[in-house]
Amino acid sequence: MLIKQLSIFLENKKGRFTEVTNILGNAGINMTAFTVAENSDFGIVRLIVSDPEAARSVLREHRYAVSVTDVICLQTPNKPGSLAQVMTILMDAEVFIEYMYAFSSGNGALVIIRPDNLEKTMAVLSENKVELLASDELFAL
Amino acid sequence: MIWNETMECMSREDMRKLQGIRLKKTVERVYHNCEPYRKRMQEKGITPTDIQTIDDIVKLPFTSKKDLRDYYPFGLLSSPMSEIVRLQASSGTTGKPIVVGYTRNDLNIWGEVGARCFTAYGLGKNDVVQVSYGYGLFTGGLGAHGAVETIGGAVIPMSSGNTEKQIMLMHDFGAVGLACTPSYALYLADALLDSGIPREEFKLKVGAFGAEPWTEGMRKELEEKLGIKAYDLYGLTEIIGPGVGHECQHQNGTHLCEDHFYPEIVHPETGEPVPPGEMGELVFSTITKDGMPLLRFRTRDLTSLDYSVCTCGRTSVRMGRILGRCDDMLIIRGVNVFPSQVESVICEIPQLEPHYLLIVDRINNLDTFEVQVEMKEDFYSDEVSKMLDLRKQIAHRLQNVLGISPDVKLVEPRSIERSQGKAKRVIDKRIFK
Repeated sequence: MLIKQLSIFLENKKGRFTEVTNILGNAGINMTAFTVAENSDFGIVRLIVSDPEAARSVLREHRYAVSVTDVICLQTPNKPGSLAQVMTILMDAEVFIEYMYAFSSGNGALVIIRPDNLEKTMAVLSENKVELLASDELFAL
Repeated sequence: MIWNETMECMSREDMRKLQGIRLKKTVERVYHNCEPYRKRMQEKGITPTDIQTIDDIVKLPFTSKKDLRDYYPFGLLSSPMSEIVRLQASSGTTGKPIVVGYTRNDLNIWGEVGARCFTAYGLGKNDVVQVSYGYGLFTGGLGAHGAVETIGGAVIPMSSGNTEKQIMLMHDFGAVGLACTPSYALYLADALLDSGIPREEFKLKVGAFGAEPWTEGMRKELEEKLGIKAYDLYGLTEIIGPGVGHECQHQNGTHLCEDHFYPEIVHPETGEPVPPGEMGELVFSTITKDGMPLLRFRTRDLTSLDYSVCTCGRTSVRMGRILGRCDDMLIIRGVNVFPSQVESVICEIPQLEPHYLLIVDRINNLDTFEVQVEMKEDFYSDEVSKMLDLRKQIAHRLQNVLGISPDVKLVEPRSIERSQGKAKRVIDKRIFK
């Protein structure tokens, strides 16, 4: 149930992200989700894509620093309070979240989480009947 | 005003005689008390008896910053530690600083030459002088401090930083003189304007600026912004610190205290003396110091000397502006920085590629210093905090070695230019000429 996320290091320079999207587009790679963590000098783009391995090698060819990290994708109802429920479960289990990002559409909301302990998080969420998505399910959406 | 007319206005002929006597004494001292000097002189087949007049100085071997490093910390002392009363240091090229030991007599000399400088700027015993050079191992603060005390002025030992307090005390204590780096002075000038206190409430008249290269343009700006006369205060840690030379009211060259520090100009490559007035590398011999005399020290600074009598009445030789360096040393915020120092730090950090770029600029009158580094591919992380921690760690290690804190910038892999042959490691955007 782990999902491969790509992280790309980008300097804060004009046109860098445009170039990344062009490279992925030309390689026929689709993006499902992304987020940018930035500070004054650089940004880290975190991406969920249709083919992480292909995306990584094409970006490396273009000399980008790309790393691959396992993350978890969970699904909650698109309703007030549903994320709070999940967060409470994780807090009670003492899971520390490095970062997360989310998007919602229709009845469902998808949350991507990078916790400090992947196995424990998956176990805790499964026990509590939180729905986790595998990558093929995610890309089928 | 002249502090020591006997010495500063001596005829050229008498000065050369005096320099010869003092050089001879110094050579005897180092030959008998400092092994590296003795060995080198013996290798050249000379003994102290070969040095009779100042003209004989060309027979002596050169010394360099490398010697100070090789004999770190005390190998070049010519006095026993029982006679050393002060140690000062400046950053070296490999993490070890360059150390200078002073005897009580050396400190007296430092006070004497410093007094000549501050007297030439028109300051005296009735004046309050704010010393905003850094205090500590750096010679700037304590050097200027001793100079002001010697002329009987009142020192405000401010050190650098804490701008608001600088302005407050300058105002409340009625400082007439300000001693600091010219870039810091420009910074203070803006702070003074921002303070909203009317200029006429300040007594400031004179600036004693040094420890970094500055231009006529900066002088003009300083004089206009601060409403003062801005004078060069010249010095090198290796020789003694601030006080090696100074400008006078005519601001046409830096008078050197040549009865203590004998200057020569040599060809940077051959080491041969150049004809009088021509440009070359400045070389100093200390001819009165006891603790750590340096003979024929290669400064790597390029300049020229003018032996004509100055309008102020001083006969002491005047040094022109320093027009460059014959090595790659940078002076950033008054601190000597060698690219090789940065390299040594970067090569010790396993996450980094051995490539780097230094970018030096002057923005709002303060030197900026950026170090760009590339990480090895495996260390680019998905977590911002990890990258920021690494950046902090690099900055900290650089600061430990360099003595100043750079802005470290992590850049994309292979974005720093790889070049065959001599790599371009430094971009200095500041203009000094």
